[in-house]
Amino acid sequence: MVGLVVVSHSATAAEGVVEVAAEMGGDTPIEPAGGDGHGGIGTVPDDIEAALEAADDGDGVVVLVDLGSAVMNAEVAIEASDVDATLADAPVLEGAVNAAVAATAPDATVESVHEQAEAARGVEKL
Amino acid sequence: MREGMSADGEAVVAAVEAVAERIEAERDHLTQLDSAIGDADHGGNMARGWAEAVDAVADLDDPDPETVVKTVGKTLMSEVGGASGPLYGGSLAFAAAELDGGLDRESAVAFAETYLEKVQDRGDASVGDATMVDALVPAVHTFKKSVETDDLPAVEALAKAVDAAERGVAFTVPLRASKGRASYLGWRSVGHQDPGATSTLFIVEALLETAIAETGADVDPDLDATSPTIPDEDPEE
Repeated sequence: MVGLVVVSHSATAAEGVVEVAAEMGGDTPIEPAGGDGHGGIGTVPDDIEAALEAADDGDGVVVLVDLGSAVMNAEVAIEASDVDATLADAPVLEGAVNAAVAATAPDATVESVHEQAEAARGVEKL
Repeated sequence: MREGMSADGEAVVAAVEAVAERIEAERDHLTQLDSAIGDADHGGNMARGWAEAVDAVADLDDPDPETVVKTVGKTLMSEVGGASGPLYGGSLAFAAAELDGGLDRESAVAFAETYLEKVQDRGDASVGDATMVDALVPAVHTFKKSVETDDLPAVEALAKAVDAAERGVAFTVPLRASKGRASYLGWRSVGHQDPGATSTLFIVEALLETAIAETGADVDPDLDATSPTIPDEDPEE
């Protein structure tokens, strides 16, 4: 099935978003990638690439990201990786929940999951 | 001198060491600039990344310029947090391929142009967004023009590029940042010099310093980018 990777500047935030999304995502493989590798705030392309490999079972991966450099480092990782992965332009938590649900559909593809992740851009809370 | 090292590769290693030294010396300065408009990590991140890069290239066996630059890029990508990792590291690793035939005036221009393209593409920034692009664009364009149109020696072209980068850094002060963490500040980012443009200037200055030391060229490091080009009576081949 289609996998997900959640990229955040904070390792804790990435794990927390995965925790929330996993509750809705059934068997969907969801991997966190966060932190600068030195216990600080940041993102590392190698860590994101490893998460892509871990989340992929051959059907591809949709990647959710938080701020600026997380986007750039995710792009770097996707370019370097053999995994069929695509970035979703979506709020990281809402997008991850949408994508996790979409990935449980029997006919889910990277495209359909990506589309559902980006649908979270229009979510109104009030 | 390390045994078996090509002259070009050795010069590039010297440049990496000079950049690391300069960035370390400016660590607090860069952090101060970044704390005004960003997350106060630019000095520390860059100093750590370039120090690791020096170690990484020291471990290379008989390196050529392409390998040295690629190694620096990959090290920065994994060691520098924030946007500087992909912007500096990713772009250096990518542009390194332009040096596969060695380092000369022509390959240096190609390298600079490819590096600039990658930075702009990755960061999606244009001149006037108050980013490193504001220092980089004038530096690269001035270097290219000085080499290709004015036929200046590489070191002189680099001195002009440094002056152009200085102007670019000054240009970021009155701008409202529209990219990166500083953009969250809106109008409050006006009046602040961009840290990325500043570190870009320091790097180009360190490259010039190395080029002067390596070639023994008699070049005024304060050369003006817009000064008229005086034909070189004794061009160095």
